[in-house]
Amino acid sequence: MLEAQRDYVLRTVEERGIRLVRLWFTDVLGNLKSFAISPAELENALNDGMSFDGSSIDGYGRVQEADVLAIPDANTFEVLPWVDSKAAEARVFCDIAQLDGSPFEGDPRQVLRRNLEAARKLGFVFYVAPDIEYFYFAPPTDGRPIPLDQGGFFDLTTTDIASSLRKETIRTLETMSIPVEYSFHEDSPSQHEIDLRHTDALAMADSVMTFRFVVKEIAAMRNVHATFMPKPLEGVQGSGMHLHLSLFKGDSNAFYDANDLYNLSDVAKSFMAGLLRHAGEITAVTNQTVNSFKRLVPGFEAPVHVSWARNNRSGLIRVPVPKRGSDLATRIELRSPDPACNPYLAYSVILAAGLRGVEEGYELPAEADANLFEMGDQALAKLGIEQLPQSLNDALKMMESSQLVAESLGEHIFEWFLRNKRAEWRHYKTHVSQFEIDTYLRSL
Amino acid sequence: MTSAGLLAVFPDSPTIDVARTLDLSGYSWKGVASPETLAKLQPTEGWAGALVCCDEDPEGGWAICRALRRLERPVQRILVLITGAQVGDLEIRDNLFDDFQLSPFHPRELEARLRHMFYNELLAPSSTVVEHAGLRLNLETYQATFGGSPLDLTYMEYELLKFFVQNPGRVYSREVILSEVWGYEYFGGARTVDVHVRRLRAKLGEEHAHLIETVRSVGYRFGSSKWSG
Repeated sequence: MLEAQRDYVLRTVEERGIRLVRLWFTDVLGNLKSFAISPAELENALNDGMSFDGSSIDGYGRVQEADVLAIPDANTFEVLPWVDSKAAEARVFCDIAQLDGSPFEGDPRQVLRRNLEAARKLGFVFYVAPDIEYFYFAPPTDGRPIPLDQGGFFDLTTTDIASSLRKETIRTLETMSIPVEYSFHEDSPSQHEIDLRHTDALAMADSVMTFRFVVKEIAAMRNVHATFMPKPLEGVQGSGMHLHLSLFKGDSNAFYDANDLYNLSDVAKSFMAGLLRHAGEITAVTNQTVNSFKRLVPGFEAPVHVSWARNNRSGLIRVPVPKRGSDLATRIELRSPDPACNPYLAYSVILAAGLRGVEEGYELPAEADANLFEMGDQALAKLGIEQLPQSLNDALKMMESSQLVAESLGEHIFEWFLRNKRAEWRHYKTHVSQFEIDTYLRSL
Repeated sequence: MTSAGLLAVFPDSPTIDVARTLDLSGYSWKGVASPETLAKLQPTEGWAGALVCCDEDPEGGWAICRALRRLERPVQRILVLITGAQVGDLEIRDNLFDDFQLSPFHPRELEARLRHMFYNELLAPSSTVVEHAGLRLNLETYQATFGGSPLDLTYMEYELLKFFVQNPGRVYSREVILSEVWGYEYFGGARTVDVHVRRLRAKLGEEHAHLIETVRSVGYRFGSSKWSG
């Protein structure tokens, strides 16, 4: 199979006149990295990998051996649809390995592979379908983000521009093996949502990387700035990346049980219990910026409390009610992650938390179907419902003491991530905000 | 190619549209730069025909046509590619070509003209090409086209589509498709088939997504569309 895949890739490069092959991989913070090789180098790269100096990549750097290998995953080879066919280009995702071929522990894709392997040992395949929100703005100049559909930047044709951008984005995604389920204009000005159809978690993490790139690239071609910043505008909803999750065992949905009142299996319930119990510990990974926590506040459809319910959008986990008899669609929706996360690492810790619940048979707490935003702290405490971490600092503290997250990410990334994010927090803490100027300058 | 028939193509590196049409239609061809190389590269059984692009270099092109007719085994089937402005050039050169194609061209038109010119030759596209309802797979070059435009697929998407195109009209369960296409007890299970079918449908586009039909609680059927009959 591997050989046939290689032949397929090499032949396609020749037949389609590909001039450049872009090797894609991801740094620890979730930024897409790339270097280009010529078709002549590709055969070599497919066989032996391409070595490069990893020390310039965030989270890869080590004091001694800085060189690592990028090994293309031939099954992710795609011709880039937006490049002129006369100078056609293709991309392929890479796994990063040490020079001796063993997985490089700083590579998020390898981390996810390792976590998926743990699930596989239990007989599970992990499926993910994200609903990704983002904003279109005028190109950032010195100050505030200017939405396209207000503020006059593009007054005349705003709706046209945004919706044609979205259409073009979807067309491009679909030619790159990323089928779209729904898309629409979200509640906030210039906010859009595109929902992807489920795939296994590794393919989906690759798809999210491609997605963010395509959305930004297509917007930039029209001089528009697309952003996945979790909360770019005060007072309106921020951007989340709700994740629809399920585990399959062979051909059957391990989350489905026909005899259960909610059609949820014991596996689903203990997986949810795992997510709930470890929610605080994994939040720094699923919501990794200072800004992420300005989204996780009451009143904007983002979760604040660690709870679950069927039709209650204020909780951390929602259990969508699938159409009758469609056992394959039984799933849970985790509502906290935002689109600025590193999808490989986020899916890793989410899976690890859920599987911990399954392996240790955690008990699922009672459903919280009231509107939690309207309940007082005491009432919530009585129900045993906690809050998600309130700041990056809180989230880092919880992560730091988590054995689960350390094991799931591996020591290399665990330590680097904490170090990097603590620095981000320290930097933020010294910042004097407009809020403080407005509130205190005159009165104090 | 099952036949040994080889086409001479001028210039030696034709435009990508010309090269692609020839390849995707399954012809064997060789680029020639000049009348001298024409004789040198000639296969022992002689050229089976020629496609001469006069649109960019008319002088060089017509020189090739003349040389083709003067070979020891004169080439009988010559298709020339000309621009609309060159139609006048044809008048005094009726002896030098058998059919012409105006450039720019639609790949399907060029394909049709080539097929017509060589219909009774062994040159007809070989069994390495499978075709269904406008969808065409060249099994030798791994290239897929739909309505003449290239369809870019990942390896597994290509393998799945190949299975469908080679087995149209029949319903297959996910399990059978999995074992036929993935070739072994693939860990991902039959959901993998669904995921890849969705990707193929997305790539075929909304209008043609129904080429791969879901047969409820059974599996999939390819090509029971209104065109396939």
